[in-house]
Amino acid sequence: MSILIDPAKCISCGRCCNICPGNLIETGNTDKAFIKYPTECWGCTACLKECPAGAIKYYLGEDIGGKGGYLYTKSHQDCINWHIVSSDKKRYHIQINKQESNKY
Amino acid sequence: MNFDLKTLETDVLIIGGGTAGCYCALTIAENSNLQVLIADKANIKRSGCLAAGVNALNAYIGKGETPETFVDYVKKDSEGIIREDLVYSAAKRLNKAAKRLEALGLPIFKDENGEYVQRGKRSIKINGENIKPLLAKAVTSQDNTAVLNNVNIVDYLVKDDRVLGAIGFSLNENIIYVIHAKQTICATGGASGLYKPNNPTFSRHKMWYSPFNTGAGYAMGIRAGAEMTSFEMRFIALRCKDTIAPTGTIAQGVNTVQINAKGEEYLKDSQICSTHLRLYATVMENVKGSGPCFLKTKGITEGQQSELFKAYLNMAPAQALKWLEKNTGPAEENVEIEGTEPYIVGGHAASGYWVDHARKTTLKNLYAIGDAAGGSPKKYVTGCLAEGEIAATSVIETIETAQIHQLDPEKISKKISCIDHFFYNDSPLYSIEEVEETMQKVMDEYAGGITTAYTYSRNKLGIAAERIEELLKTAADLKAETLHELLSICEIIDRLYVCAVLIRHLEARKETRWRCYQENIDYPQKDDQKWMKYVNSIYKDGRVQILLRDLVGRDEIYEHTN
Repeated sequence: MSILIDPAKCISCGRCCNICPGNLIETGNTDKAFIKYPTECWGCTACLKECPAGAIKYYLGEDIGGKGGYLYTKSHQDCINWHIVSSDKKRYHIQINKQESNKY
Repeated sequence: MNFDLKTLETDVLIIGGGTAGCYCALTIAENSNLQVLIADKANIKRSGCLAAGVNALNAYIGKGETPETFVDYVKKDSEGIIREDLVYSAAKRLNKAAKRLEALGLPIFKDENGEYVQRGKRSIKINGENIKPLLAKAVTSQDNTAVLNNVNIVDYLVKDDRVLGAIGFSLNENIIYVIHAKQTICATGGASGLYKPNNPTFSRHKMWYSPFNTGAGYAMGIRAGAEMTSFEMRFIALRCKDTIAPTGTIAQGVNTVQINAKGEEYLKDSQICSTHLRLYATVMENVKGSGPCFLKTKGITEGQQSELFKAYLNMAPAQALKWLEKNTGPAEENVEIEGTEPYIVGGHAASGYWVDHARKTTLKNLYAIGDAAGGSPKKYVTGCLAEGEIAATSVIETIETAQIHQLDPEKISKKISCIDHFFYNDSPLYSIEEVEETMQKVMDEYAGGITTAYTYSRNKLGIAAERIEELLKTAADLKAETLHELLSICEIIDRLYVCAVLIRHLEARKETRWRCYQENIDYPQKDDQKWMKYVNSIYKDGRVQILLRDLVGRDEIYEHTN
């Protein structure tokens, strides 16, 4: 699993459930989204980019270099704000305009 | 499980709503009044390989290039074994497809003269994070197109070698769909998860290719007796270690070279332009003890580093996060690279259905496009769009002569019990996961996986074939408690069918044509005298029958004669 959903931040909009390519997310009795099949997560970040509340965290497995850092997004119409918190609690913010291309 | 049965009729059924499927639907919808139905295992807004986005269109006729030079390039890169007719017909439509994507809202990077910015001769830079939502939006805005999301198609409905539609089940409700169509188009994607992956534990689904592309389309065709081609031309990607993030972004973006642990550039000039030889050279450095290997990024500018962070956040955020976790970046540290496990992917290699010039398969009323269609390597995103357009045009031109035919009710009942019976199986000794992992272990060790540096021998393939056959029997006895488990069982069975065909194709080619992709220890050299042939197969009476076919030239109009 590389995705964590924070129930305290989840606003029960269901967008992540609809968007997951693997149909891995659903809402439970409390209407909060959760990952039904965590071991099957691909880490494609589709849910992360869809979440309007910044409730979904993406992190790396320990086997591929994860140390506890994570990232989440706040997506707006024109840009995506990437918020990254590294394992030593340093915070980074990278804004990517949807209408501007990558240099590479 | 008590399933409700829903029977639907449509002019055109498209199985798989990824890049090729969506564009095919869009082309039909915009140019005819035909009713189109897309059935997708996920949600077309983010399904398929482009879920997370892509930062370049890698099949494009750039400045100074022509469709003819594009075919020459693909032919050379693929050691001569391609369907030139297919590559050529797609090549002529690549740039139009890119323009169409731009018209749908895709940002394509332009220079001060308003020209697309190229990344190499045949690639243009895009901001493709939103590429799949854009395609999906265009499709769903068409009045004559319907989408069934979260429906897993299991098999075609076939009568006398004619495809009448397909059968599948909902992943959210207890519904089995029987869909009859005048024409059916397979756009399901290729096959991942056949081999033990790079990351076997926590991150085992951190693959290069979508783990939800399980070879379902191939397997349906195999079971129905369609002719398949070139499964032995596997694809193995050279990627950033662990995160499996693309290396082209760095190699072409900041123009780096590949070095070994001693800091030596190990690629010879002749290998620089060849996809599989770049991988082979890296594998050989490791075999001879000069690994690990890297992309030499140390010393790039701060600006270049910053752009790489953005590029990776857009399409493979794991790589950006990995750098930050280590408190480093590509300017300070070279990027380690490695080969992935092998995949069967018609969009990159030549594996898939054997199709004619219009992308019709050998089964009547069935087309295959994108990753599902064989013979045309390096089609990537725009090539998949081109194939969607070619099939759509053919459907519009020929559908008047097609009619909807219903499959006999007793045959439909039999199909339903094939799906349903997994809920009534006794509890087996082996779990779904164990069967999957066993299949991956067998393929890794005996059919040319990472463990053996992608090499295989006839004797090892014999063991693999035997074990895959046994696993197919084991899989038939698996038990499902939920719809998701039913899906997992179907996916394993599909993968096992693909493995069975792949093994026979690897065995059939008695030479080594593509280093690593097809590395036959018994025949380590390329043999142009005997093997300038397509290796094709048909599954019949439980056996894979191999047939060899002559090469097809770029100006030929190939039509099926069998």
